[in-house]
Amino acid sequence: MVNRHSISMPFSGGKAPPWARLVGIILYIAITFGLAYSLEDILPRAAEIPLTLFESLAFLAFLGSAMILYYQPIPKVAKLILGILVLLLLMPALGLRNGYYLEVATQVGIFAALALGLNIVVGFAGLLDLGYVAFYAVGAYLWAFFGSTQAGLVLTSIKDFFPLGGEWFFLFLCLGVIVGGLAGILLGLPVLRLRGDYLAIVTLGFGEVIRVMVNNLDKPLNLTNGPQGISPIQRPPLFFMPLLQALGFDLEPRQIYPIYFYLLVILIALIVIFFTRRLDDSPIGRAWIAIREDELAAQAMGVPLVRTKLTAFAAGASFAGAMGVLFAAKQIFINPESFTLMQSIGVLAMVILGGMGSIPGVILGAILVTTLNLQILKALSDWLNAMRQAGTVLNLGFIQYAMKNLPVQLEPAKYERMVFGIVLVLMMIFRPEGVLPASRRKLEITANRETPPEAVSATPPVTGGGE
Amino acid sequence: MQTETVAPTRAVSRGIFSSQMLRTLFAPLGQLAIWTVGTAVVLSLVVLLLALIFRTSSSGVDRFTLVLSILPQVIVDSMVLGFVYAMIALGYTMVYGVLEFINFAHSEIFMIGAVVGAEVLISLSEAKALENFNPLLLILLIIAAGMAVSGLVAVVVERVAYRPLRNAPRLVPLISAIGVSFFLQDLVRMLESIWRNAFYRTYPDVPSFSQRISFGDTLDVSYKSIIVVVAAIVMLLALNYLVGATKIGKSIRAVAQNRATASLMGIDVDRAIALTFLVGGALGGAAGVLYGLRFSTINPYTGFIPGIKAFTAAVLGGIGNITGAMLGGIVLGFLETFGASYLSIFTEGAFGAEYKDILAFGILIIVLIFRPKGLLGEVVGERA
Amino acid sequence: MKGKRRIALLALALLLGLLVAACGPAPAAAPPAAATPKAAEPTKAPAAAAPSQKGTIKVVSVSPLSGAQSALGEQIKLGAQLAVEKFKKPIEDLGYTVVFEPQDDQASPDVGVAVAKKLVADADVVFVDGHLNSGVAIPSSEVYKDADLAMVSPANTNPKITDRNYANVSRIVGRDDVQGPAGAQFAINELKAKTVYIIHDKTAYGQGVAEFFRKEAEKLGAKVLGFEGTEEKANFDPIINPIKAANPDVVYFGGIYDQGGVLLKQMRDKQVKSIFIGPDGLDSSEIVKIAGPAVVGAYYTTVAGPPSAYPDAADFAKEFKSKYSKDVESFGMYGYDVMRIGLVAIESAIKANGGNKPTRKQVSSAVRAVKDFKGITGTINFNSKGDPTVAKYFVLKFDKAEYPGSVVKTLDVAAP
Repeated sequence: MVNRHSISMPFSGGKAPPWARLVGIILYIAITFGLAYSLEDILPRAAEIPLTLFESLAFLAFLGSAMILYYQPIPKVAKLILGILVLLLLMPALGLRNGYYLEVATQVGIFAALALGLNIVVGFAGLLDLGYVAFYAVGAYLWAFFGSTQAGLVLTSIKDFFPLGGEWFFLFLCLGVIVGGLAGILLGLPVLRLRGDYLAIVTLGFGEVIRVMVNNLDKPLNLTNGPQGISPIQRPPLFFMPLLQALGFDLEPRQIYPIYFYLLVILIALIVIFFTRRLDDSPIGRAWIAIREDELAAQAMGVPLVRTKLTAFAAGASFAGAMGVLFAAKQIFINPESFTLMQSIGVLAMVILGGMGSIPGVILGAILVTTLNLQILKALSDWLNAMRQAGTVLNLGFIQYAMKNLPVQLEPAKYERMVFGIVLVLMMIFRPEGVLPASRRKLEITANRETPPEAVSATPPVTGGGE
Repeated sequence: MQTETVAPTRAVSRGIFSSQMLRTLFAPLGQLAIWTVGTAVVLSLVVLLLALIFRTSSSGVDRFTLVLSILPQVIVDSMVLGFVYAMIALGYTMVYGVLEFINFAHSEIFMIGAVVGAEVLISLSEAKALENFNPLLLILLIIAAGMAVSGLVAVVVERVAYRPLRNAPRLVPLISAIGVSFFLQDLVRMLESIWRNAFYRTYPDVPSFSQRISFGDTLDVSYKSIIVVVAAIVMLLALNYLVGATKIGKSIRAVAQNRATASLMGIDVDRAIALTFLVGGALGGAAGVLYGLRFSTINPYTGFIPGIKAFTAAVLGGIGNITGAMLGGIVLGFLETFGASYLSIFTEGAFGAEYKDILAFGILIIVLIFRPKGLLGEVVGERA
Repeated sequence: MKGKRRIALLALALLLGLLVAACGPAPAAAPPAAATPKAAEPTKAPAAAAPSQKGTIKVVSVSPLSGAQSALGEQIKLGAQLAVEKFKKPIEDLGYTVVFEPQDDQASPDVGVAVAKKLVADADVVFVDGHLNSGVAIPSSEVYKDADLAMVSPANTNPKITDRNYANVSRIVGRDDVQGPAGAQFAINELKAKTVYIIHDKTAYGQGVAEFFRKEAEKLGAKVLGFEGTEEKANFDPIINPIKAANPDVVYFGGIYDQGGVLLKQMRDKQVKSIFIGPDGLDSSEIVKIAGPAVVGAYYTTVAGPPSAYPDAADFAKEFKSKYSKDVESFGMYGYDVMRIGLVAIESAIKANGGNKPTRKQVSSAVRAVKDFKGITGTINFNSKGDPTVAKYFVLKFDKAEYPGSVVKTLDVAAP
């Protein structure tokens, strides 16, 4: 990993000089932002025009600008400034205009951090973990328990302490890291001797065990309030409120909180990105990759197997723990329904869709899956539904179809998950290494192909790669 | 895939009835019987012993008589569930043996079998043809229908979603399988809601299946339970014959051992893999029909939980091992049923039936710690 | 590296293209942008064509439309849809286009909250008919509250929904802490049960109502032989075995018919003869289909009276059936009534606002101001919390394997 840019450099724009790239990227950001911001004013309102769909696509493109920026060989300062501009200024501006953008961006951030954590376990160390969401649940319930009156029900003698004040949130964010990591070690210790799919099924079991436990620990001792869930959970305090007022921003808490959480999520996501990048290049990161590639050989070379795997587990789990704390505070309410196997699978899908082991890939995976589920598929079904209600007749040239004849059984909103399934399969068939594969993995996959498809043969042999 | 011996390949040439042949075919049956009885005895002793130690509950109920009074019924129920798990587990284990990946969509193949069985039965019952049918023929018909459709769907899924990914990293087909799983669930729901305008399907009552044999107050066995167990045993024997003693089975085993070499030996690898999916899918379909018959209500999402359990069973038995999958299924069925039946009796409601999965997974983890390759697992070989 | 890059872009483009193409003939909609509106114009209702200038008003149903619970969620959606189709005219006459938007919350709190935020961000949305699950409704309504968006629940019986005293959150269904005790009183006072065994489905709804049942049963002196939760949908053998051994007078099931029906059937299969009682989750024609003859003798409590108690409901059921060729269930009726209340409230809010588009807050208070609304599930008035002031509770019994059962007892209970 001497130079991570030498092999995979999508969106690099050929051989254009840096200034042209700079202009290009600024234009790109401006255009996507402009579209996402003002499409609803530009486009006429008509059922036939999928306004929200275009909006969400423009928003996706805007989110992608951070990715593209990352790959541009332009001066670091320019990158930094543009990055700050996009993440800290333009995004909240979009959020003030349309709160849903901010919600999606926040969820993207949460899932990106989760996916990055899972990426350490699955992508770097090659350990298939199907119960990742358990650690997320541990973090979420940690804060939910102490940040609500729930703790008072158990620790009756010091009942008046609870709920802890919002300022404790930041301490618990750190505690989430520790507790998540501890949970990872506790699970890892007994099971890391297992290999491959045995490990997968044990982690899956562990995920279910945690979910069943939080669903049932309302008796004999009411720790989690069972299926009723815990609410209200304290939110971090708005300690900067006086500052804002002094600056002349007179916003209500309900307007500030979405932006506040967005910024918190971005901050944590950036920290997570920083750590994973450092880990990736560190000796331990290399040990992980060695284990992934060949356990026996790695062991023979002196890599301590259990300890290395444990660190991977603990590192991944600690990110999830911290994100869980944040999630609980953001949602105000949590119950076990948020921590199902499907969640684990969703995060895994992000990792693999984006490109296992590749940090930008995993982030892109999180962006794609989240916007797909929350925005694009919903916009699509809203649009089809609007056309049906307006009685639009689709004109395909050779066939005309009146949308209102669409039977209720085919209500578009009902088939969002089906479309997601199709997208997953197609993605895997046409791009098995992920959208933005890790350089090392890409080499491996192309080399493994017995009959290289055109895609591979078109690539000139890689010299001096990134290994 | 790991089968017990490679001997039957030689046996085939010496005629079907050689003693070695018979041994290969029926050895798993013996093993099955030993494990079933063994698990039943061990678990019964455990609960009875516990009941003797903690004899009276705080409310004065005699636990021993309580435990004993439902014990026969619990054992029978465990067996039924165990055989259903065993049949689903076979599909996972066969695919795993050949391709080394978790076919996540197998639970949907199972579900499709259950739905097809329901639709056939419902159509017959709507045509008032149910009474005139010979019960045995009816069973064979619905099982065959379930098997045919499920097997076919499994082959199509393999062709479309897995074959292009055969040389991709291990996790890629897994994600593809998850996609297929989502797709099939909603596809079945769509077809059912267009056709029937509802997607919860209930198996109609077939009078001849609903009869029961009662042994006093304590035990009560329905014909359906007997059908499930008998059909499962027949299927398992047939599978054993197919894999252990036919040319098809030989090609499947060869591909499982080493795909490249098998291909060099003139075996059509694609065909062998498709056959694996056909057989595994058909078994899953049959399991679906039996499941629906026994537990009566199904929907396009029923496959998920039994699928996870069956996969656990396959791992418990040693994944890739056919006999192991059967045993794993049976052991899991017993653990789950015993756990759910007795947990609340012993904990006085503090930990009830909802902890049965924790118990099952807990024991899975313990088994894997001491036998990392499962109950019967042999070394599957290192994977990258 | 050029080739590779192109593939990456191609894959992205393909993915997006697929998305647009996957759900139908999308490409056709873009080019004939000029043509389609023309084609659309004549199909619109002639009445709406003239004054429809003042803007769009969106009313929304949010319920699970995918996954196993979509059978219930779809009832809410279809009921709401029918209500909009039938009763949107007054608002359209005031000059607004009424758009009905069904949303899928996938029965998941996360998706529910995300959908809520999406709805809040769309200024045209003024009324929400949802959710199905209390576990989804509680966090989602926190979002609605921040935007004063009116939400009336057609299904959430959890006390917490209205106990938070949010001005924009109401419901037209009863409360678990009334329904559970009502069931217990009936079981113990009328059926003379001495021992009860309680099963619930481990959801916020099922466990909630079961716990209220237990409390009341214990208060009335009955012995609770067991209290079990299960997420199991098919195999109730291990649950039934201890019931059989305990042999209670009454088995109470807190949950929904897709489990309750199967449990009942398997109980009877196993010769458990105890009386079976459940809450309004069992109030569906499906339970008869699932349990078959086993359903005979079972009781359920509900707020939605049977068509015999509400003549209007019979007509509605007929219309629903002819329109969607499926039987209406209680959630369909509630979904329908909720949406009607919403439309009435929006209309009065527009009028109160001088014909201008009302704010969400105005709609929310107009909902609470609705007086003596004659719905098909009863006459509805809201109290200060948003509960219906007096709810009628029915106890019904299946005398034969036919839905609905016959009314055994009627109770008028004021909301606490």
